[in-house]
Amino acid sequence: MISVKNIQVVFGKGTPLQKQALNGVDLTIEQGSFVTVIGSNGAGKSTLLGVLAGDVLPSAGQVTIGKTDVTRKGTAARAGLVARVFQDPLTGSCGALSIEENLALAAKRGEKRGLMAALGPKRREHFRERIAELNLGLENRMGDRMDLLSGGQRQAVSLVMATLAGSEVLLLDEHTAALDPGMAEFVMNLTQKIVSERKLTTMMVTHSMRQALDYGHRTVMLHGGEIVLDVAGDSRKELQVEDLIAMFRRIRGQTLDDDALLIG
Amino acid sequence: MSQIALWGAVELGLVYAFVAIGVFLAFRVLDFPDLTVDGSFPLGAAVTAVLIIAGVNPWIAAGVAMVAGAAAGIVTAMLNVRFKILNLLASILTMIALFSVNLRVMGKPNVALINADTMLSPFFGLGLREFYVRPLFIGVLVLVAVIVVWRFLESDAGLAMRATGANARMARAQGVDTNKQIYLGMAISNALVAFGGALFAQTNGFADVTSGVGTIVVGLAAVIIGETLLGARGILIALIGCVLGSILYRIAIQLALSTDMLGLQASDLNFVTAVLVTFALILPRLRRGGAA
Repeated sequence: MISVKNIQVVFGKGTPLQKQALNGVDLTIEQGSFVTVIGSNGAGKSTLLGVLAGDVLPSAGQVTIGKTDVTRKGTAARAGLVARVFQDPLTGSCGALSIEENLALAAKRGEKRGLMAALGPKRREHFRERIAELNLGLENRMGDRMDLLSGGQRQAVSLVMATLAGSEVLLLDEHTAALDPGMAEFVMNLTQKIVSERKLTTMMVTHSMRQALDYGHRTVMLHGGEIVLDVAGDSRKELQVEDLIAMFRRIRGQTLDDDALLIG
Repeated sequence: MSQIALWGAVELGLVYAFVAIGVFLAFRVLDFPDLTVDGSFPLGAAVTAVLIIAGVNPWIAAGVAMVAGAAAGIVTAMLNVRFKILNLLASILTMIALFSVNLRVMGKPNVALINADTMLSPFFGLGLREFYVRPLFIGVLVLVAVIVVWRFLESDAGLAMRATGANARMARAQGVDTNKQIYLGMAISNALVAFGGALFAQTNGFADVTSGVGTIVVGLAAVIIGETLLGARGILIALIGCVLGSILYRIAIQLALSTDMLGLQASDLNFVTAVLVTFALILPRLRRGGAA
């Protein structure tokens, strides 16, 4: 379960560039629920994700993940509770390490790391099996450096990495935005499969309204650092991408320059 | 080049292999350009020499030297992590401070270790000639260091350190306290360099406050020569490359200086070093260009 209460985040406080990135956001995501988050640039989507991941510490409010109050905990300190896939495939994995070394690193997320060899025969076999499930042929390249993989392959491996160690919540930060349409679809299907098989509590930030409505159980729209829409169940099923765009227009009080970008 | 000169070069190369491995840890694994080594190498030599003269067992003296080196590394790490001083500048500050520290430790600029018992003493007089014993003995120590560092870097803890240098953001997301890794890595790196200094004092029979000048260049030269020769093929190969690079560097220098035809003299050492390192840096580029 995730719960954020009255979160305030201000960037550049006291400077001419001061910006209220989040203004009193309240959000509770139940155990096993899959929530998608949309919003225009600067709406606060990434900041909200950062608040959950520990990259951004709020100036006020409370963040609870599972049963733990993590409001003041940094990224590394709460990593045992949070699995994450980044937007940039280069950020989520280590290019200089091999595929299996990346997996070994992720398998110990949030745990103590000892002096035992990171890649024993048992672990190697386990990693191989998990990578083979992707059907990308990567199981034969386990010793290859991660930076030899394409962006899509790296995101797919990142998803596997996110599930190797237990976690309370899975955070997806526009994780298909940097991929070509075919690979984006592959990664989304994989995401869906992993989330439903493992019943993960998931929050996915996305630019794509299509994705936001097609996946998950609930959709939240942010604007100006506040939640302006929160739909689930039947009312969400009836919602079309056009409705969302109309809502966007109303909120912003202006026509959108490029609808195609948002429908994507 | 005479046999004695050749084995002398190998011996010195092996002593500096510890520096090369330390530099590899800082520059390549942690991506931390660390110049502290110019101070921690003579620090190791100074601590060892003073303790041996005071009658301390040379092994224990070398151990204390490593602790002193680790402390120097931790100071640099603290300046960088805690006080946000640029890594390169932080290491320069520690380096110049160590110059004074080393003078204090020795009480004078130079301490001689003539006729004192060293780590090597028990191995002389076993029938093997002295100029074989020295590289052999240090070679065994280097082998131990390579194996220990290799096993560490391929352990769970070592992976955390490698991830810290390669992608700190990812490392934190995986629960790695990257600041702690920098402290640990800098401590290990400078402990190894100080151990190199301890061996230097014992094999050469003195500790000198100026013996640290250019240590970083020698260490980097060894790392780069190793990479050029063996390529990037995993941790073990990289560590072997450090050792090999360090030895070849010394032999190349010895060759350059002892070939009368070139007309070089000892004072040309730094120039020769610069040419060698430049060559090692250009070589991979030339090879690629040739293939294309």
